[in-house]
Amino acid sequence: MARKPISFTLNGNEVSIFVGESANLMEELRRNVGDLTPKHGCGQGTCGACTVMVDGEPQLSCITLAQSVEGRSIETVTGLSQGPVLHALQQAFIDGFAAQCGFCTPGMLMAAKALLDRNPRPSRDEVIEAISGNICRCTGYEPIVDAILIASGQSREVRR
Amino acid sequence: MSSVEFRKDIFADERDDDFNEIGKPRIRQDILGHVTGRSRYYDDHLFDGLLHMRCVRSPHHHARIRSVDASAAERMPGVRRIVRPSDVPNNLNTLLSLIGFGRDDEPLIASGKVAYRGEPVLVIIAETEAQARAACNAVRVDWEVLPHVLDVEEAIKPGAPTVNETYPNNTFDYGRFDHQKLRFGDVRKAFREAAHVVEAEYQMSPIEQAPVETCGAIAAPETNDRYLCHTGTQALFFSLGTTAKLLDMPSSKLHFIGGTVGGGFGGKVDSLTEPMAVLGAMLTGRPVKFQWDREEEMQVGAPRGGERWRIRDAVTADGHIIGREFTGFFDSGAYTRLSSYAIQKGTGHLPGPYWIPNVASNIYCVFTNRTPATAMRGFGITGVDFAIECHMDRVAETVGIDPIELRILNSYRDGDMKPHRRLAKNCALVECCQVVAEKAKWPISQEARSASSLAGSSPERASIPDTAVDEEGKIGDRRNREIDPAPAPGTKTVPAGTRQPGEMKDAGPQRPDMMPDAAALGLKRDQASAQRQMPAAAPSARGAPQPVAPAQVRPAAPAAAPPAAAAQPQPSAPAAPPAREPGPAPSTGQPAEVPYQPDKPFQRGVRRPGVSPFLSGSRRR
Repeated sequence: MARKPISFTLNGNEVSIFVGESANLMEELRRNVGDLTPKHGCGQGTCGACTVMVDGEPQLSCITLAQSVEGRSIETVTGLSQGPVLHALQQAFIDGFAAQCGFCTPGMLMAAKALLDRNPRPSRDEVIEAISGNICRCTGYEPIVDAILIASGQSREVRR
Repeated sequence: MSSVEFRKDIFADERDDDFNEIGKPRIRQDILGHVTGRSRYYDDHLFDGLLHMRCVRSPHHHARIRSVDASAAERMPGVRRIVRPSDVPNNLNTLLSLIGFGRDDEPLIASGKVAYRGEPVLVIIAETEAQARAACNAVRVDWEVLPHVLDVEEAIKPGAPTVNETYPNNTFDYGRFDHQKLRFGDVRKAFREAAHVVEAEYQMSPIEQAPVETCGAIAAPETNDRYLCHTGTQALFFSLGTTAKLLDMPSSKLHFIGGTVGGGFGGKVDSLTEPMAVLGAMLTGRPVKFQWDREEEMQVGAPRGGERWRIRDAVTADGHIIGREFTGFFDSGAYTRLSSYAIQKGTGHLPGPYWIPNVASNIYCVFTNRTPATAMRGFGITGVDFAIECHMDRVAETVGIDPIELRILNSYRDGDMKPHRRLAKNCALVECCQVVAEKAKWPISQEARSASSLAGSSPERASIPDTAVDEEGKIGDRRNREIDPAPAPGTKTVPAGTRQPGEMKDAGPQRPDMMPDAAALGLKRDQASAQRQMPAAAPSARGAPQPVAPAQVRPAAPAAAPPAAAAQPQPSAPAAPPAREPGPAPSTGQPAEVPYQPDKPFQRGVRRPGVSPFLSGSRRR
């Protein structure tokens, strides 16, 4: 199988890897680059646990061809905190008990960040819409929606 | 954090008000890892040269395997190993054999026949997942499709196809019977005296736990002749013990790492992926990952079993429930897994949180050609509670009484005897109902408002009544004739307050090396047996129950010990393995016991005298 070199930025850092034709972005990020934050829940684009941001848009990395991200900018949860300083979303998730098993959390956080970057003061309905592609089986959606709303109210101060 | 309201006014004198933690929000210790993506699930461990495992699975509910042709698959690119049933050192297991309950009935990889859709028949290990998948598609299986049965009541009819050869009657064995019996008082008498008889059937569907992280494990050879296994199991030592048994290796050769689970809800206790991954690592000498895809999780992942309940209540004109009869069917699927245990748990729960003086139940653990069922969130209790509470509303409607008042009227009071012969303690349903009515602004009568869990029991309510027992439904009878699954009329009566003669003997753990060491636990056998012979006594004073050993009728198997156990004297004597010499207190063939103290909270290792919570009449040894 022909492997092709690609380059992209991952959380601001330049990354170059060789990928196969049919390789998906999630497996390449996890196994090839070593960023284990996108999770494998279904491999078919239904659960949202592998959500990453590509050029600011949330995308399901398990059904994204790795070769398609050539030259683009990818963000994962790894880049969310600034060193030890947590992002407002992360802090709100902690304070609001918005993670239980934690498996859907990286995807939730990326979907939420994509929303807040685009719309810093979303309505509750807009938050629900933004995470509608992310399945959670234990925490329940209410604490997650609350946490995203709280993060949006505080984001300016916390990210200062 | 949502607010929690503490009603410290209720039972205020029963506790010291010195809570330091309860009611105060606490940060989960693992949540920092979750929000930063640093929590390591089993799949977040990287290995060089990782191989991938996929199963060839049955497309049929029930079929004989005439042949499996993997010759084309073997030549496919990347294929490193074909794993056949003969590669599994000990290819028959039942999960609860680790605690000596039930017979081995399930292969890791099926040979001969399959009993549910999705059962694995062959395993392929390849360099990549895609290669393993492609090779699986190249395997040709010659199936002889057999008639299947998917309904619990069809499965126990004469002539139904046998699902699981270990249990040829399609029911798990409880003592001499093909169902778990519970008898308390005489329901037939109650039905004769009742003003209303309320009967209904409730059906629960199977429910898939559907965790976002699918079941899986990665195993790798370590440098010290052990095998490392990263797993998403909910029951690490259960998986370790099961792996050791299936692969016939000492558990000291296994190094299991788990604890970070991407959602489980009961579906990750079945230990199906760990033995497979370790076997793969043994056969290839390389790290092997066995990860279910989403389709496997939904189709092969064991769900909460479907349950069917029929409840028949005898109710007086003023709303007292004086008799309740249950006929329950648990759909265990093709193999036992944990359903046999769920039924015992459910039986202990009957008739719900209500004092009912006459209770009878027959519960069947039925094998069908469905996906084997397993644990899920309160399994054994949740389903029957759904049925009971729906039924309470139906009773309220029939009698013309407020549904909350009906519950308060019939709730357990402290000191009531429960059908499984334990006294009710720390009851609080009355108070819960009162608070619910208050919060919902639901008007209830002054009488219901002033009721209390502390008042209302009596010596009569605290004792075991005359109990009608029957012999219907012996193992195998249903093969020959149709038998009404509901509890049969009693053919004899066990006098009130007395214990059933011919109590079943404890059979002890299946493997001698699992024997608890009585000496190490500091237990004395004679103490336990002295307690055992204590006569039955009713508690003398309310609120301060005396330590009593309540007389009992074995719910599982009334009357004599099972014929098998009676005929062959139990090799109960020196079951301690010769390699492990017991200490000062001689170890016997039975699990160690300490005296049962009804007024003490339940402790591990403490059993009611003479009763094992896990008894099966037909044991391997």
